[in-house]
Amino acid sequence: MELGTTVLLAVIQIAVVMGVVLLSVAYMTYAERKVLSFMQDRLGPMEVGPWGLLQPIADGLKLFMKEDIIPSGANKIIFAVAPIICLIPALIGFAVVPYSEGFSLLGGTGGTITDLNVGLLYIFAFASVGAYGVILGGWASNSKYALLGGLRSGAQVISYELVIGLSIVGVLLLSESLSLRAITEHQDGGFWHWNLWVQPVAFVTYVIAAVAETNRLPFDMPEAESELVAGFFTEYSGMRFAFFFLAEYANMILVSCLASVLFLGGYEAPAEFLNFVPGFVWLALKTWALLFFFIWIRGTFPRVRFDQLMKFGWKVLIPVALVNILVTAVGVYIVNN
Amino acid sequence: MTTDFVPTDYLPVLIFFVIAGAFGFVTILLGKLVRPRAPYREKLLPYECGAPPISDARQPFPMRYYIIAMLFVLFDIEAVFMYPWAVVFNKIGVYGLVEMVLFITVLLIGYVYAWGKGALEWD
Repeated sequence: MELGTTVLLAVIQIAVVMGVVLLSVAYMTYAERKVLSFMQDRLGPMEVGPWGLLQPIADGLKLFMKEDIIPSGANKIIFAVAPIICLIPALIGFAVVPYSEGFSLLGGTGGTITDLNVGLLYIFAFASVGAYGVILGGWASNSKYALLGGLRSGAQVISYELVIGLSIVGVLLLSESLSLRAITEHQDGGFWHWNLWVQPVAFVTYVIAAVAETNRLPFDMPEAESELVAGFFTEYSGMRFAFFFLAEYANMILVSCLASVLFLGGYEAPAEFLNFVPGFVWLALKTWALLFFFIWIRGTFPRVRFDQLMKFGWKVLIPVALVNILVTAVGVYIVNN
Repeated sequence: MTTDFVPTDYLPVLIFFVIAGAFGFVTILLGKLVRPRAPYREKLLPYECGAPPISDARQPFPMRYYIIAMLFVLFDIEAVFMYPWAVVFNKIGVYGLVEMVLFITVLLIGYVYAWGKGALEWD
């Protein structure tokens, strides 16, 4: 493939994927408010547009036109850059997610922005960088709430990242590849070939850790509003605040995408006769089902205490994930011999 | 695409990085044209429930965070070691299995020690 073609193909796919992700983030906030409202017997946003459908756009415009306040005691450069440090990793993680079967486009292959052979490592490497944005933002604000929120977030994110990292080793043992496309193709053949059925324990630990990793209720310690006001972004306003928000929701979509690819067959159809539906529809359906689950548990569970959260991660999830790896390894060995 | 190492595979990542970064910076710069700017002393104070802030926010914080960070480095390296092992597991057979059991056992001893010493406690 020519260099020019590669660049053009990449730019087109990046534009499409980024557009879809940003739009999904906007409507994820809307869906969240609506679903929570219906769970609490309310209507939710109804004023802007029919059924409040234009609410996310109004919110975005409002945030865009708000004053950008940098507190007097803050470390100005770090304070200004932290939201973008958070935003970039949340977006570029999508570069390796295969959204459809490979199709030819402009003489190249579409379906993934780039199918790295170390795709999973790449996603986790950048997910770790996102934590820097949160910690730096909390520290640079020179506010006690922000600092505490940032520290909590740092401790929580690294602890649960470990759980995510360990829980997917079982999937790697089965698919023998780190490329997300290879992992998806390994699960073709319908519903019963999904990794979910051979790695149920890994799926449960992954989903719990994913909720904690994205700082969602019931694990939203970094922004526990009853104790820390708003946590690490207490001092942020306007667009910079919006970027933290955007990064958080983009991360939620990313971990859900990843869960779909690793455990639910990614873009593969659940049955042979449904193969005529394009792959990206399946990926979107599975991802949105998981996102609905995220909102559902937010509407259901109360927040846990920070010490309970850390204890649960280190003393329950990590041993469970390690045992799962050993059991899977022995199982794979027995099946192959 | 093949699973061989091809440097051009990483070019789209670089392009994506630049586009995502540009999106962030350009949005903030464009916002400058429309957003108000009227700072005064009280508005720029760090938030502390409406009262004037007491002392500097950059105070000492508990050692526990440091210990957790250290444990994370140890265990995360362990996790990263497992990735290549998991990918080639079928090719190395029983040798790989025994090696990894030994590796995890050594780490478990350290894990039990950290637990016994109270490094995982938060009270």
